Amino acid sequence: MTKFTMTGALLASTLLSVPAFAQDVTLTIESWRNDDLAIWQEKIIPAFEAANPGIKVQFTPSAPAEYNAVLNSKLDAGSAGDLITCRPFDASLALYEAGHLADVSDLEGMANFSPVAKSGWSTDDGSAQFCVPMASVIHGFIYNKDAFNELGIEEPKTEAEFFAALDKIKEDGSYTPMAMGTNDQWEAATMGYNNIGPNYWKGEEGRLALIAGEQKLTDEPWVAPYRQLAKWGAYLGDGYEAQTYPDSQNIFTLGRAAIYPAGSWEISGFNNLADFEMGAFAPPVANAGDECYISDHTDIAIGMNAKTENAEAAKTFLNWVGSAEFASLYANALPGFFSLSDHEVAMEDPLAQEFVSWRSECNSSIRSTYQILSRGTPNLENETWNASVAVIRGNETPEEAGARLQEGLASWYAPQQ
Amino acid sequence: MTQPKRSSRIRWHIIVFLAPAVLVYTAVMIYPLFNTLRLSLYTEVDQARVFVGLDNFRTLFGDAIWSDQFWNALGNNFWFFLIHMLVQNPIGIALAAILSHPRLRFAGFYRSAIFIPTILSFVIVGFAWKLILSPIWGIAPSMLDAVGLKSLYAPWLGREAYALTTLSLVSVWQFVGIPMMLIYAALLSIPEEILEAGECDGITGFSAFWKIKLPLILPSIGIISILTFVANFNAFDLIYAAQGALAGPDFSTDILGTFLYRTFFGFQLQLGDPHMGSTIASAMFAIILIGVCIYLFGIQSRMRRYQF
Repeated sequence: MTKFTMTGALLASTLLSVPAFAQDVTLTIESWRNDDLAIWQEKIIPAFEAANPGIKVQFTPSAPAEYNAVLNSKLDAGSAGDLITCRPFDASLALYEAGHLADVSDLEGMANFSPVAKSGWSTDDGSAQFCVPMASVIHGFIYNKDAFNELGIEEPKTEAEFFAALDKIKEDGSYTPMAMGTNDQWEAATMGYNNIGPNYWKGEEGRLALIAGEQKLTDEPWVAPYRQLAKWGAYLGDGYEAQTYPDSQNIFTLGRAAIYPAGSWEISGFNNLADFEMGAFAPPVANAGDECYISDHTDIAIGMNAKTENAEAAKTFLNWVGSAEFASLYANALPGFFSLSDHEVAMEDPLAQEFVSWRSECNSSIRSTYQILSRGTPNLENETWNASVAVIRGNETPEEAGARLQEGLASWYAPQQ
Repeated sequence: MTQPKRSSRIRWHIIVFLAPAVLVYTAVMIYPLFNTLRLSLYTEVDQARVFVGLDNFRTLFGDAIWSDQFWNALGNNFWFFLIHMLVQNPIGIALAAILSHPRLRFAGFYRSAIFIPTILSFVIVGFAWKLILSPIWGIAPSMLDAVGLKSLYAPWLGREAYALTTLSLVSVWQFVGIPMMLIYAALLSIPEEILEAGECDGITGFSAFWKIKLPLILPSIGIISILTFVANFNAFDLIYAAQGALAGPDFSTDILGTFLYRTFFGFQLQLGDPHMGSTIASAMFAIILIGVCIYLFGIQSRMRRYQF
């Protein structure tokens, strides 16, 4: 008898509580940003829930290295969350083509993004978008302000000034001119080639021409960055061949190096470690007054599971991601990850402000190798790592590097044949 | 009591006792092995798996993009193996010979000290040596400086010419304990009478080692060689821990294991290709199989064994 009463009571309580939940929709977000869990739970989600009563949001990240595999198996099994954090380019494009990501081109929120911002999550012809851009990272150079003041150096604006500054630091001898190593290879390509390159190939203009097959990697705009990289070798620290990425970060934050070729994601880490004042300058242009271009690389976005049952709520959330409120929240919680939207975002971190200010002075572009061009074998991105390192070390001339990359790309990419 | 009936000829206990091992081994070793071999005969076209026969192998050996990488990795692998054979095994034998000397003091301590690196993880060894040899924080430059040999220092792991040899020597440092232990055990099993008989004939010291002990431990040396061969051609961890999946500088430390990893699982923007990966794995399997067969049929069957 008591048993029945208990069951009855339990049933009744379930029935009673159902109406309370009925209006509430719970959205689940799949993500690889487990570092950001606290930021989502404490800042972003409460802000959204306050503005949209009736929608609850859960942020359920997995480990970055496992994310793609975990997400794919969840999507295949139909147990994936309603909202899916998107990696840029081919990984997400494959999900869209397999029917896992919904087309979100028509969302109102999408109007707040430029074509470059959307390029990471568009089909090759740009006709459909499948994720709402969240953040990008910007390349440039971070420098030690104390060192610059001590040696009487101004922020270099042109290439000549840049190398004059490096010469001066090297002559003085108390600082390593530039903190970068070639052991891990990717810095040379990402913080080297793709950092300084857009000024030569004129950002999007050159990048799209390369994809269309109108320019070749042996053309001057694509070889010239290698020519500058070839001069870098002399300014890197002793034994830079075996210097790793964490080594470079430590050398700079310990105040032993004056300039660090950087990506904006370093900002929060460096703020915690460095006890000197830091500044940043954009990649120097060839001649004073030249139009400048920066690498403003699309890095993270969010899309909707095509099979979600809460499509309306998910769309509300995605529209909110395109809003000024989200842009400001996200950019301030994670300095160095910049909103991709067209909204004016006020940021508190001075270094982050410096980076983002280049957007108004220069033209944004993304890394040249990421869209379409790294689909085949040999993989252009990996080859670019290798070539950038070889050029810095002087094992290969800039022309040879360009010719080798062109040959590799032409071997599988029809527009370049 | 009557004897059990003759009719129950099937000895169930054998099957029952073998079953767990056979099932587990089949599930985790034999099935994946054959499935990998099978996978190498397929490729993916438009999200569907298609049988292509030996096409993948034709690509691997015929297409310059693939074959250059393959031969480079195989060549590096042979160099890796050669260093182990020329450095690790002779040093291991020498250490064992010294340790088995009856009048050596602290033999137990040396034995453990030399063997301990073997039980360390590759990752620890890789990172520790990377730090030791680091041009920035490492103790190698300052130690060389202390003895006035700073000029000999180079960022070895960052130079094409030295990187692979350096890593091979790190691996030798880690694993020299294994040949040492095996040879040590073999040396201890040589009966005293034989050595004493030799002594009566005037064979002592070094010549006793060369003329009596070494021939007697040859079978152990053979086993060690084949173990080294298999371990080296399956190697991956140390290179990956120290140099990453791109096996820099400029692929100079790329061995079959890292080449397989890059291809199978993909790397950075390069998406994984399980079919070409399986093809490389099958080629590795064939190389190791051939090596082991050469040893088994060419060397081991001719080796003379001595019964004491």
